[in-house]
Amino acid sequence: MTATAGVAGVAQPVPGTAPAAPTVLGTAPAALGTAQAAFEDVVVAYRERTVLRGVSLTIAPGERVALVGPNGAGKSTLLRVLAGLVVPRSGRAFLGGDPVATLDRPAIARRLAAVPGQAALPFSARVEEVVALGRLPHEDPFRGPRAADRAAVDAAITRVGIDRLRGRDARELSLGERQLVLVALAVAQAAPLLVLDEPTAHLDLRHQVAVMELLADLNARDGTTILAVLHDLTLARHFFPRLVLLDGGQIVADGSPAAVLTRERVRSVFGVDVALTGGAAAAAVAATPTGAA
Amino acid sequence: MPRPAALALLGLAALAAVVVFGVAAGSVAVAPGDTIGILLRALGFPVERTWAATAETIVMELRLPRVLTAVVVGAGLAVAGATFQGLLRNPLADPYVLGTASGAALGAAIAVLIPVRIALLGLGLLNVFAFAGGLAAVAVVYRLGRGGPLAPLTGLLLTGYAVGSLLAAGLAMTMYLSGANLRQIFSFLLGGLEGSSWMSLAIAAPLAIGGSVAILARARALNGLLLGEEAAAHLGVDVRRERGILLGLATLVTAAAVAVSGLIGFIGLVAPHLVRLVVGPNARHVLPLAAILGAVLLVVADMVARLLGEIPVGVVTAVIGAPFFLALLRSARGGYEL
Repeated sequence: MTATAGVAGVAQPVPGTAPAAPTVLGTAPAALGTAQAAFEDVVVAYRERTVLRGVSLTIAPGERVALVGPNGAGKSTLLRVLAGLVVPRSGRAFLGGDPVATLDRPAIARRLAAVPGQAALPFSARVEEVVALGRLPHEDPFRGPRAADRAAVDAAITRVGIDRLRGRDARELSLGERQLVLVALAVAQAAPLLVLDEPTAHLDLRHQVAVMELLADLNARDGTTILAVLHDLTLARHFFPRLVLLDGGQIVADGSPAAVLTRERVRSVFGVDVALTGGAAAAAVAATPTGAA
Repeated sequence: MPRPAALALLGLAALAAVVVFGVAAGSVAVAPGDTIGILLRALGFPVERTWAATAETIVMELRLPRVLTAVVVGAGLAVAGATFQGLLRNPLADPYVLGTASGAALGAAIAVLIPVRIALLGLGLLNVFAFAGGLAAVAVVYRLGRGGPLAPLTGLLLTGYAVGSLLAAGLAMTMYLSGANLRQIFSFLLGGLEGSSWMSLAIAAPLAIGGSVAILARARALNGLLLGEEAAAHLGVDVRRERGILLGLATLVTAAAVAVSGLIGFIGLVAPHLVRLVVGPNARHVLPLAAILGAVLLVVADMVARLLGEIPVGVVTAVIGAPFFLALLRSARGGYEL
């Protein structure tokens, strides 16, 4: 895991980690019944403010999708609709073929694992105890975790590569280490779909790449479907074969990084002039602000 | 890892020992051997009677209900404290944080001012009003604290503080008007177990124990809340529902404890923290171990209070508990910190 900083702190791709040739999906949505996750004309509004204006999106099992777009575009809300935490004003979300509205919380938790945001722990807790929280949806409410749950926790810790952090107080870890612990928690949850909201926020370059490589590996080797909100277009472009660009509560582009992140579109959506360097295998976005959009 | 189970067995043995000592100690001392004999006889064992009949009366009618009340109240306060700390994600929370104390105190003070003396199933008006006052205060806080513009937890805590201040003003006014009855209100505020009887135990114990067991059955929800409400929801916890149920249960346990013993501080705050320092934050372990520790602490504190001539037990819990807790905070043994 090596990463060298390029001009203006932009990560250059690491040789050997280039994604497979991107495939354009999403323009022809699969049937809702076979999708890992799907949205059907979802509208979300809080009081006067409309956050999502009719979003339809289908994610097939085994896909790796990044949601990109400016702040306030509705990316996080879309994830919350999928997890049943926000009820759309109209339209429906589907998880594993069933409408989210018909699933109770434990059922949702067995189909969708979310990497939690970095929350301050009120009490001291060891790394393996935090990871073990991922087994709560599988646990017998009265008898507690069983041998299978403990095995899943151990496997998740090893899978994410944080065995060296066992026994440590989770509150004393660096942000990057803590993010890996939270990913391990979601891996222990063993849901077919993993969602992440800005998993690389506040991380240094090394941990950004580590998290991205981990996600790509979970996707490639375990077949975990991944849906992540990302702000870093360089990381999105490099590590995700499919990008969905949201702006103003609507999907404005969906497809391969090359198809979605054109210079004109980035300028119109983000109000920033970018230089797109490299091809599909070596992509970087160097941004030059153009002032007010 | 059998550590929590081993600790629980150790704690139960310690509890049995302090119960025997607690029953034996007092202004009229009963030898520990006789105490064990009396207790075994009461449990139906064929033990030869070698003690005076007065000793048996003292043990069975006065000390035993009092010590068992201390067990129930101490355990209940510790479980309620652990629940409020986990639910509010706040290590400073105690069983009284959402207004149970101020509501119960005002209820008790009003009961003292009412000149009519009614005994209901062996419980005085004071116990009934304190219980109702504690429940009512939290019910008001819960209703007012939800649905506002603040985040749910912040709203609850601030509402609890505001309602508590209002009730404290009412309490101050009632005390000002109470004249000769002031001492009775004071003894409720400082806590004490001298009023315990089999009847008060029979009413408080099912509420405190039943509520604590029901809380333990929801340990999963408390564990989920460790990483925040959103994370708990993603882990399959119906946060709004569980928060309501757990708040209700913890308040019920607290109100039952307060109704028979007044306001005993410190145990509900400290017992859960002491347990977490040793076994970590898992509520499945914290709740039962805190219950045992809370029971041991209160039985010992009550014994000390009795031996010092019936001083308020709340004074003892603070005087013994605070330095001990401070020392633990500074040494942080067991690998967990606060």
